[in-house]
Amino acid sequence: MDVFNAIVQTLDSTIRLSVPLLLACLAGLYSERAGIFDIGLEGKMLVGAFAGAAAASVFHSAFLGLGMAILISVAFAMIHGFASITHRGNQIVSGVAINFIAAGSTIILGQAWFQQGGRTPALQPGERFEAIIWPGADAIHDVPIIGPIYAELLSGHSILVYLAFLMVPFTWWVLFRTRFGLRLRAVGENPAAVDTAGISVAWLRYRALICTGILTGIAGAYLSMVQNGGFVKDMTAGKGYIALAALIFAKWKPVNAMFACLLFGFLDALSIRLQGSPLPIIGKVPVQFMQALPYILTVILLAGFIGKAIPPRAGGVPYVKER
Amino acid sequence: MAQAAIELIGINKSFGAVRANRDINLEIARGTIHGIVGENGAGKSTLMSILYGFYQADSGEIRVGGQPAAIKTPNDAIALGIGMVHQHFMLVDNFSVLENVILGAESDALLKKSIAKARSELERLEREYGLEVDPDAIIEELPVGLQQRVEILKALYRGAEILILDEPTGVLTPAEADHLFRILKQLKNQGKTVVLITHKLREIMDITDTVSVMRQGTMVATRETAKTTVEELAELMVGRRVLLRVEKGEAEAGGVKLAVKNLTVKDTRGVTMVDDISFDIRAGEIVGIAGVAGNGQSELLEAISGIRRAVSGSVMLDGKPIDLTGAADPGELRDRGLAHVPEDRHHVGLVLAFEENENSILGYHDDPRYLKGPFLNIDAIRNDAKDKIAKYDIRPTDCRLKTANFSGGNQQKIVLAREMEQDPGVLIVGQPTRGVDVGAIEFIHKRLIAMRDQGKAVLVVSVELDEIRSLSDRILVMFAGRIVGERGPEATEGELGLLMAGVEHQEAAE
Repeated sequence: MDVFNAIVQTLDSTIRLSVPLLLACLAGLYSERAGIFDIGLEGKMLVGAFAGAAAASVFHSAFLGLGMAILISVAFAMIHGFASITHRGNQIVSGVAINFIAAGSTIILGQAWFQQGGRTPALQPGERFEAIIWPGADAIHDVPIIGPIYAELLSGHSILVYLAFLMVPFTWWVLFRTRFGLRLRAVGENPAAVDTAGISVAWLRYRALICTGILTGIAGAYLSMVQNGGFVKDMTAGKGYIALAALIFAKWKPVNAMFACLLFGFLDALSIRLQGSPLPIIGKVPVQFMQALPYILTVILLAGFIGKAIPPRAGGVPYVKER
Repeated sequence: MAQAAIELIGINKSFGAVRANRDINLEIARGTIHGIVGENGAGKSTLMSILYGFYQADSGEIRVGGQPAAIKTPNDAIALGIGMVHQHFMLVDNFSVLENVILGAESDALLKKSIAKARSELERLEREYGLEVDPDAIIEELPVGLQQRVEILKALYRGAEILILDEPTGVLTPAEADHLFRILKQLKNQGKTVVLITHKLREIMDITDTVSVMRQGTMVATRETAKTTVEELAELMVGRRVLLRVEKGEAEAGGVKLAVKNLTVKDTRGVTMVDDISFDIRAGEIVGIAGVAGNGQSELLEAISGIRRAVSGSVMLDGKPIDLTGAADPGELRDRGLAHVPEDRHHVGLVLAFEENENSILGYHDDPRYLKGPFLNIDAIRNDAKDKIAKYDIRPTDCRLKTANFSGGNQQKIVLAREMEQDPGVLIVGQPTRGVDVGAIEFIHKRLIAMRDQGKAVLVVSVELDEIRSLSDRILVMFAGRIVGERGPEATEGELGLLMAGVEHQEAAE
């Protein structure tokens, strides 16, 4: 039973750890499917995390915090759009710049406003998103097998967790069953086809980036208002890049993206779980190795196991009407 | 004369210092096929882009069906019943035919109604015009001819009454082109107006009712097709008399320079593309290989020039074998006097991002003439490029200009100059004039004949039957990887056409 409990606990933390990856990955999916590379997922998550925690702490409202996280993240997405759509700048450069601005400005503003070394004040109850306990979770907790799965794995997460997983079928539906999705996919493959069909390429891509900003905002809010009780500097810690890796791994498909993010989340959970405990046969493994494991596996997976990943054909190329 | 579908009055358009359209007046009658011809860069495509709302004219007026029309975006053009089939298809390759057809014309946000409507519309268009395409096929899996049909369907689905086609046959095989023309005639019979932009005069003569000629941004003439000739149109396009068929004397063939024996080549998928082919080319003759594209000509060229591995057979150059195992490098063949002008100049023949002078020595950069010790001798290279520019009439005459900025004909001249000026014993040329203007075609043909008269062996592969007939001393016809016949230059088009279609081949096999 101990083994079973350990497995349930690991899977539970897998879910918690994969949520920010999943939200960021879906965010990237919207922009990359529209032909805009977005290496600035990391930065947008970070400003979202900061704005969310700061607003929640000042206004004493978790939902105001979430709203502010989304607003600021979308604003940063629009900066990316202004540089790379309107002014046809290099999308990678613009994305990197956004990451730097995010990393620097959150610390400076955090220190100026709260004087806690770049942190935001610890969030009080009501300023955070609390866990939602499903009906009857306590009652059946002790039922073997079903109990822990229901009570720990399914129940007891914050609303943002359920939202993140609901975004998967929703995103699939938007992309493959709506007019907006059809056009969005088309503009990522051949913007000239969209332009000659009488649709504005720029406006379409801006709308895709708004979707991206909303999702990275939620991802950021999750980090600072659910996973943590406040903002800590550089708290995204490379999750935006892992999300990009997951996006490639998922071949730009929403359901694949969920499984890719769960896999990366699982590796993360496993490395935490196994820290300090000796493995069978191998014995005790240094903590550093376990922490590096998800990244090592990322490289191996991306290099060898995904086969040919064909990105959206117009990705990374600013649209210029040819003469 | 029928009522005008479109009138263009005093259209002007400049791009920076370049005046692409000057004071253009044009009237296109309803229910006709109207051809617009002109060399590359004459302003045809610009004019049509203005009509389609892609650009806006600096001045001038457009009237559609007699009413003044303000066309600011493609949407305006579509609303006025103008549809356009672009030279480079505006299709999303990994979408289905249906998705491409509805893109931008979807009536509801959830696509249910749009898809149902598109399905029934496509069925109707198929019935009325013979435009048969599987609506669920993925674009990239369709042959080019069908992709183009999807473009036409897109325009008709949007209610186009006036259909503009920009160089529609450039990418088509002759059979596909014939099919397209049948469709266009069908459209005309149903009362649609068709505007055909091309630089192929044969097409104009075959299919149009009226033809307008553009030269250097101006509209120089409009003629009834029945009352004009290819010669007159060519002269109007170029501004001087053009020889469509270059004069040449009898060939004085010498000894065998290149001997191909039992050559078999497979493509990357393992399909046999060249099947047990044998032929000789002698000094002082031009051998032409005719055939519909895709019958193994490309693979044959690549095998002989050392780019593709052969499965079996031999090729002798000046009596010595060429290594066909793939170990031979094209550079070695070049040293032995075999020069190759590849079919696809953009991907194989040139580096478009390079300056003209760099491309003009590409592959010969190890020649001591272009070197100073271990370094490139920039001055020698540029002077050499300037000589070639002068000799081959390459325009613009700037050897520092990026190659991508030259027109197709001039790019082809750059490749030809590079290969011919090495004074090779054997010259292999694939599609010598694909995408090249009438004026430049004449020049290239003259050059090839001059090579022959100097006693070189020349192999020309072309899908243009006229070109093969006008250049060759002997014509070999390829079909399904085999040579199905050899004819003299006096062979008729009909005779060669039958061979190209494999007719005689099948009869012989029975």
